[in-house]
Amino acid sequence: MRVAVIQFPGSNCDTDCQAALASFPGVMAEIVWHKETSLTGYDAIVLPGGFSYGDYLRCGSIARFSPIMGAVRTAADSGVLVLGICNGFQILCEAGLLPGTLLRNNGLLFRCENLQLRVENTDAPFTSVLHEGQVLDIPIAHGEGNYFADPETMKQLEANAQILVRYCDASGNVTLEANPNGSLGNIAGICSHGRNVFGLMPHPERVCDPILGGTDGRGIFQSMIEWTASHDAKK
Amino acid sequence: MKAVVTVMPKPAILDPAGVAAGRAMEHLGLKKVRSVRIGKSIEIEVDGADEKQLHEICHDLLSNPVVEDYTLRILS
Repeated sequence: MRVAVIQFPGSNCDTDCQAALASFPGVMAEIVWHKETSLTGYDAIVLPGGFSYGDYLRCGSIARFSPIMGAVRTAADSGVLVLGICNGFQILCEAGLLPGTLLRNNGLLFRCENLQLRVENTDAPFTSVLHEGQVLDIPIAHGEGNYFADPETMKQLEANAQILVRYCDASGNVTLEANPNGSLGNIAGICSHGRNVFGLMPHPERVCDPILGGTDGRGIFQSMIEWTASHDAKK
Repeated sequence: MKAVVTVMPKPAILDPAGVAAGRAMEHLGLKKVRSVRIGKSIEIEVDGADEKQLHEICHDLLSNPVVEDYTLRILS
């Protein structure tokens, strides 16, 4: 499986993503500079975290116009898996590949800590090896993770089961106290209507090795790998 | 051509930075701060552009239509 990790000026989780992916047997993860215009031959694309273009104007607003984004859109439209983590999630929203947007955290603080996510839905290429209600320990590190969408969009997200992970407490209860940023419905991550584009604020790539304090991030990458393998088998 | 673009959070959107600034104003002696909204003002000088192009730039780049409104003022 070949995965492209897109590197924008200001990305800072690109090599972490590459290392996390490369720790899975049979995965080749390559850094692709944002000035490239083709993503042919990749099975999945990761937009990593960081501060693309210094977060100037709005998070992700300038990266969204990078030359590579045309190829990301084409790949997404053709069903290739696209995973956006943190700043990558913000870029996907700005690009319109995911609905809604990410506002400033309601407490105005940059939140950098470990917290819990509840897996809401496993009928997606990114959560298929997890189970519904499973609680994952995954860190966040963001100042703008307050997910917002208009009421109609929220209704669609719920109706189509596009909300894949929500912030929860240690027992898996989705509570106001467990919400670090004011995100509507405690949303931590959503997928597209076609389910092949997934954006989340937490950083699964940071918990893929016991030496880094946990392995709860592995399930998301493992899901992508298994989905791709079964997809290839069907071809 | 000179233009000024003002970008503001939509009325329905909570603006936590505005709320924090409002609290600070009350701390400094203002009696009852009803609302503070923080936006952006962007000054543009450009040659060979028309108003329609600038509106496109405002819509696609300078504002996020999900949560922000913009006004475009052409100065000269």
